[in-house]
Amino acid sequence: MSTLEIRNLHVTVETPEGTKEILKGVDLTINSGETHAIMGPNGSGKSTLAYSIAGHPKYEITEGSVTLDGEDVLEMSVDERAKAGLFLAMQYPVEVPGVSVSNFLRTAKTAIDGEAPKLRTWVKDVKGAMENLRMDPSFGERGVNEGFSGGEKKRHEILQMELLQPKISILDETDSGLDVDALRIVSEGVNRAKDNTGLGVMLITHYTRILRYIKPDYVHVFVNGRVAEEGGPELAERLEAEGYDRYLADA
Amino acid sequence: MTVTDHTQATADTAHSHGVIPDKSRADRIVSFDVDAFPVPTGREENWRFSPVRDLKTLFADEAAEGHLEWATSELPAGVTLTEVAADDAQARTVRAPGDRASAVAVKHAGGAMALTVAANTVVDEPITIDLTGVGGEVRGHLLVELGQSAEATVVIRRTGTAHYSELVSVDLQDNAGLNLVLLQQWDEDTIHAGEVVARLGRDSRLRGTVVTLGGKVVRLNTSAAFAGEGASVDLFGLYFADSGQHQEHQLFVDHAVPKCTSRVTYKGALAGKTAHSVWIGDVLIRAAAEGTDTYELNRNLVLTDGARADSVPNLEIETGEIEGAGHASATGRFDEEQMFYLRSRGISEDQARKLVVRGFFADLIHEIGVPAVEESLMRQIDLEIAHVEEELGDE
Ligand SMILES: Nc1ncnc2c1ncn2[C@@H]1O[C@H](COP(=O)(O)OP(=O)(O)O)[C@@H](O)[C@H]1O
Ligand SMILES: [Mg+2]
Repeated sequence: MSTLEIRNLHVTVETPEGTKEILKGVDLTINSGETHAIMGPNGSGKSTLAYSIAGHPKYEITEGSVTLDGEDVLEMSVDERAKAGLFLAMQYPVEVPGVSVSNFLRTAKTAIDGEAPKLRTWVKDVKGAMENLRMDPSFGERGVNEGFSGGEKKRHEILQMELLQPKISILDETDSGLDVDALRIVSEGVNRAKDNTGLGVMLITHYTRILRYIKPDYVHVFVNGRVAEEGGPELAERLEAEGYDRYLADA
Repeated sequence: MTVTDHTQATADTAHSHGVIPDKSRADRIVSFDVDAFPVPTGREENWRFSPVRDLKTLFADEAAEGHLEWATSELPAGVTLTEVAADDAQARTVRAPGDRASAVAVKHAGGAMALTVAANTVVDEPITIDLTGVGGEVRGHLLVELGQSAEATVVIRRTGTAHYSELVSVDLQDNAGLNLVLLQQWDEDTIHAGEVVARLGRDSRLRGTVVTLGGKVVRLNTSAAFAGEGASVDLFGLYFADSGQHQEHQLFVDHAVPKCTSRVTYKGALAGKTAHSVWIGDVLIRAAAEGTDTYELNRNLVLTDGARADSVPNLEIETGEIEGAGHASATGRFDEEQMFYLRSRGISEDQARKLVVRGFFADLIHEIGVPAVEESLMRQIDLEIAHVEEELGDE
């Protein structure tokens, strides 16, 4: 049982116009097995929240705390956060030319576990996970995200998540830009990880469609750098009907 | 036909004061006469990026007493390595020297070593020549000659310390195929100015790979001229410059006859405040060279502040009847987003850097086609990256 706790998080970025505060006091607690949908309009700061938790150097934490099972996440380096059990499926995964997917996956697994995986079982695990995500075996020989289609990139993110087995996973608009078939495949992967490892999920999304495939326990409406309203799955249905206008009016 | 670009790229203006550009690359003089080339001042088109002061001894028209130690793998049947007297060596050289250092090298080398592969001889195993500098001024003249339809892989590895200038002449008779690998793994005080000149007969194939890791100054220029139709040349280069190193590679591909193909692919990494690399890629497609297909690429990866990569592609086209001609040159900073991506998967900073740099060079290294060389290069690159980490740690 793990808990990611975000308290009063304030985050700024440097822009050409000067320092800009993007997160303005975020409070959120995610336990193992729970799925929290974070829904909000573009530019509300959802990716900033995701990157800040993962430790991207562009974002400066000016106030507040993030802990994982009581450990101070903000004190950890980027790779230490991953080793502690955090995972970020990125909205825009980065190309790393010349580094093969299979080499990358093995290197990451070894780093996370602190020892190289047993070759025999590892090869089988990767093969199985790729089959589940309908990824061709030839994927392993391609460069990381190099020339991948949008859907391939997202499946590759979920592949990593399934193999690295984090405690808490942040999915930043993993659903955006996917057709329904790909959305279903990716959602199945997330649900498998929840079933198999009791993964806690922060499901950042702009659209409600993915919530038909991944059932949230909680829904948080994210507007202008903070949580504007929280509730159960019924809140998502309301958002589907009404959109974000109501929140933007008072923001 | 696709012409991507055929403008002369503008080089760094800070270095172009007083430089008179050639009208055409074809006009550049070549000569065995040392006096045909004044001692370079650094203002000449082809010396403007070079640290001429460090190269000074290589311009002196005087005898040199030093030598490199030679160690050669056992030569298979049909392959010979012989000493050739100066007159004969000059006659067998495919093109006269293109600069003073090269002319001095030929004049004072005291003849040449000739590696000759007889016609129709196909050598499976790489022929390796290890040249080790033991200090001093050294001039070298080497002939690599492949008879008609001969095929071979030749790996020449240079280590140790020297002030070394050389001319390497590569003569491919019709339908010959050569994979030539030149490894510059000198000690850190070596000064090396070399010229490789290749002549490609009809239907011949040259793959030339240059790897420059060591030395204080390495300036290695490669020229390939097509003498018969249907020939192809692939020139690959890999370099890694640290603080205090100057690594320069100039290329000239001369398409003088129809239906030949050339590919130039050079990649370099730079780390450390005074690391400097220079790449100049000249391709000339003469009026007669219809059906030419050429592409040249230079990419530089700048790992730390202060390092400097100059990259000048230059494509000169005198006929419209070509298959394709293009070039690309890109110099980029080390990508923090790639680092973040890898590290967010638990991979440590050092290891992530290693992956990115290895990835940058991976396709190039696989082109060498000599497994032992490829593996040892990967290890060498890891060592170079380890140096980068030390430098970053010092800051
Ligand atoms: N690195 C950055 N530099 C400058 N501005 C940024 C940066 N990252 C985010 N922002 C700004 O912060 C706001 C929130 O962005 P983001 O977190 O990407 O929102 P969302 O993911 O909800 O669309 C936007 O106005 C965006 O322009
Ligand atoms: Mg976003």
